[in-house]
Amino acid sequence: MTDLLGLAYWAETSIKLGVALIVIPTAALMLGYLFLLKMMAFMQSRLGPQDVGPYGTLQLIADAVKFLQKEDIHPAAADRRVFRAAPVVVLASSFLLFVVLPTGPDAVVENLDTGIFYAMAVSSLSVLGVLMAGWASANKYALLGGLRAAGQLIAYELPLILAVMGVVIQADSLNLQQIVRAQAEGEIFGFGLIGNPFILTQFVGFLIFMIAAQAELTQTPFDMPVAETELVGGFHVEYTGFRFLLFFMAEVATAFAFSALATVMFLGGWWIPGFDFDAPVLNVLGPVVMLVKILLVAFIIFWIRFTYPRLREDQLQKFAWKVLIPLSLANIVVTGIFKVVL
Amino acid sequence: MADDTGDDQADGAAAPGDEARDALAAELSELLGDAVVESHVEAGQNLWLRIDIEHWHAAMSALHDAGFAYFGFLSAVDWTDAPEGRYEDTEFDAAGVGEEDDEASSATAEETVRRGGGETRFQLLAQLHSPARHVAVLIKADVPEAASSDGSSAPASVPSIIDVFAGADWHEREAHEMFGLVFDGHPNLAHIYLPTEFEGHPLRKDFPLLARAVKPWPGVVDIEEIPPELEAQLEAEVMAEFEASGAGT
Amino acid sequence: MSPPPTASALREQQAYVAAQAADARVNVELDTGDMTLNIGPQHPATHGTLRIACQLDGEQVISAEPLMGYMHRGYEKLCEVRTYPQCTTLINRIDWLGSFANEVPFILAAEQLMGVEAPPRAQWIRTILFELSRIANVSLFLGDMGVQVGALTPVFFAFRDRERVLNQIEEVTGGRFHPNFDRIGGLKDDIPRGWIAETHAVMAKMRGFCDEMEDLLMGNEIFQTRCRSVGVIPGDVALSYGLSGANLRASGVDWDLRRDANPGLAWDQVDWRVWTHPDGDSFARYWVRLQETREATKIVDQLLDGIPSGPIMAKVPRIIKVPAGEAYVSTENPLGEMGYYVVSKGGLGPFRVKIRTPSFSNISVVPWVMRGTYVPDIITILGSLYFILGDIDR
Repeated sequence: MTDLLGLAYWAETSIKLGVALIVIPTAALMLGYLFLLKMMAFMQSRLGPQDVGPYGTLQLIADAVKFLQKEDIHPAAADRRVFRAAPVVVLASSFLLFVVLPTGPDAVVENLDTGIFYAMAVSSLSVLGVLMAGWASANKYALLGGLRAAGQLIAYELPLILAVMGVVIQADSLNLQQIVRAQAEGEIFGFGLIGNPFILTQFVGFLIFMIAAQAELTQTPFDMPVAETELVGGFHVEYTGFRFLLFFMAEVATAFAFSALATVMFLGGWWIPGFDFDAPVLNVLGPVVMLVKILLVAFIIFWIRFTYPRLREDQLQKFAWKVLIPLSLANIVVTGIFKVVL
Repeated sequence: MADDTGDDQADGAAAPGDEARDALAAELSELLGDAVVESHVEAGQNLWLRIDIEHWHAAMSALHDAGFAYFGFLSAVDWTDAPEGRYEDTEFDAAGVGEEDDEASSATAEETVRRGGGETRFQLLAQLHSPARHVAVLIKADVPEAASSDGSSAPASVPSIIDVFAGADWHEREAHEMFGLVFDGHPNLAHIYLPTEFEGHPLRKDFPLLARAVKPWPGVVDIEEIPPELEAQLEAEVMAEFEASGAGT
Repeated sequence: MSPPPTASALREQQAYVAAQAADARVNVELDTGDMTLNIGPQHPATHGTLRIACQLDGEQVISAEPLMGYMHRGYEKLCEVRTYPQCTTLINRIDWLGSFANEVPFILAAEQLMGVEAPPRAQWIRTILFELSRIANVSLFLGDMGVQVGALTPVFFAFRDRERVLNQIEEVTGGRFHPNFDRIGGLKDDIPRGWIAETHAVMAKMRGFCDEMEDLLMGNEIFQTRCRSVGVIPGDVALSYGLSGANLRASGVDWDLRRDANPGLAWDQVDWRVWTHPDGDSFARYWVRLQETREATKIVDQLLDGIPSGPIMAKVPRIIKVPAGEAYVSTENPLGEMGYYVVSKGGLGPFRVKIRTPSFSNISVVPWVMRGTYVPDIITILGSLYFILGDIDR
């Protein structure tokens, strides 16, 4: 599949890289504008940004320019090197996530055989960055935020991975393209027109994945590491200017990436019913389908974020260990039994 | 009122005699024995008890046990007149004081001004509610002044009541910083509002309000003088309207 | 409803705290020092400049001590050099969200000393405005409590709907925040034409707002998890700390100055009830305030239908001189018992004014109630005790 356009490896790679570099900031801007600015405003009976560009569409670009103009401040007691590296680590984690996301039969940066394993691994990196930021800021609020993030890591990373396991068992593969193919070629009681999106068979897994993703993204109700009203921003309390911008971009871009992961694993990915799985036209239509589905999932993520209060750290731990993990283990067992029996 | 329990009817409608408060005053005087120096009932308004400062703590805990368990507030009053007056000796104020009859501010008024009597400069003031009986009592105590080492006089120390009413903690701290009263047995008599290094006790009358001392109060100039003939006419109009409406009786 | 929790609940909480502390000691292998965290003076949860110095063991609070005075304006001293009508300008700014309600007890105390009584129409309109400022004040709390526990949206709804109430206050008084409308002997002005019908409509909207808050926030499981059993204040502790208002009633004490010591306003003319909750936790405080907002809209509706006719000002001299004496009048303000102890020596202005503000006493319970809680609970408890900084610092 790699010789679609008959290009050399380096040329193809640079095209993919260029596209990814355009797609990621655009995705972050789109989500930020649509959900963080406009949807939140409408839900809260406000109008949101109005003045910058038509309907305020350029507001985030104006914000980015503003951030870039700001002074780069380090707290006096901060560990400078770690302090500077932290936002880069967080942003790198979300960039790396985009590597394996398939948006068409050939439209994928790198079709890794262990794609889902890789995605889970790099997504956990962001916590490292958060912990670095919390520690290096030499601020008590930031430290508490960083420690909460680390405590949260264990609580939600386990259900996240266990929820994915159900999909992996059903699709027989860790490869994200194979997971899409398994959904495209699946059948619901012999009815194969729309394939078999795993949300139907893995609904419990989908719910657990979405809940855990909410925690991974530090979105309400699991935004204790940030917790504006308690920790005044938590780990990024000391960050200004473009370093804060990096955190912000990473937050939104990761939300986009996780919506994409959920789409690929549970909503049938880029495949369109009625098309041949390898049809080249899907390289163009696939991304559009993906985008629509991603926006749908992201809508849910942000909807919950604007609506729900925040849990307490110990309550999250209780919820994760007493509810999510047993539930996801049960899900794996049931999936395994069905896999063997059917 | 939906769930009126009846006994609070006495509260609003008890004036002018206010037997309820008289009875309560008698009852509390009996309860507290000779701790009560004097009591005063203002019909339909309030009940004051003046307590001997020696019995301050005992009286408060007796009242607590007698059902007055709801702490209202604790403060103090400095009864001396401020040496610089009220910073009001402007033309308008002078005129205002002059044109009214002056019997209220005469020397005889000083006798009646203190509810429950008392003659010391500082008076301790507290209020307790009885949630069950729906009535409040204002408690006063004279704080005598003792000569301190540098020759000036300072108020004698007062027993703290925070073991009876935990909420008195901050109120006593406030009274300490504002009036310089000392509460024996208070664990942390630090400033509550003012900076730690602040000197002086702002609510004492001899503490000058510097903002007023250095600059005349502009607040009076915006009251416009009405010509006397016009005022009489306005007053007549207002009174006519007032009487025509048939209210105010 | 079950009887209010008293000494037994207190012992239970203390036992809980002791057990938690013992756990913490056992679990710590390396001896870690306690961390001092200063919450405030610039912190979003203190909505003002309150500072809370906390000793933390991890996320657990060992001790919490509120330190205030960052906004102390010395109103008691300032009142001593002003005339009675000038004092109300200051008094407006004590609890700045329910300004009109601040003026009332002071004016009533001055009236008591003068032996003047405002005409019935003025009393009724006073009561209406009083309850409107309660609704404006408490509705903000109902939304703001959401922000304290992390829900962003409710507070915007609160601001949106509070605006309607402020508009009604503004239409009568000309001021949205600081009306300065109450006068010794009555009111500055009468209500404008058409105001009664408008206010009826606004009250219906506010009942809708209460339902919305109940659906959006109070019924939310996470909100309940965060608030239930957090910051439990038993009734006897509440009484001894002098808590007042909804904080006291949420601890199961049936005490409301509007009913129990009505100083002459029109509350006894209408049908309403006092809500109490036996639990004494943060959720109970939210619940009681929500019910009270509903009740206040009902009070306003009934009062609007029955405003008596007549003048709005009693006959008082143009230059107000108050006879010598002492008076203490307190009313059930949005935050709790707000009282003024006014001492007059017969001049143009008060000789001494002691301002008993509700938030001062309400916050004094913080060191007691915070021990053994977690950092997020500090915010929940502070939010549910609901203080206005101007009301603490005066």
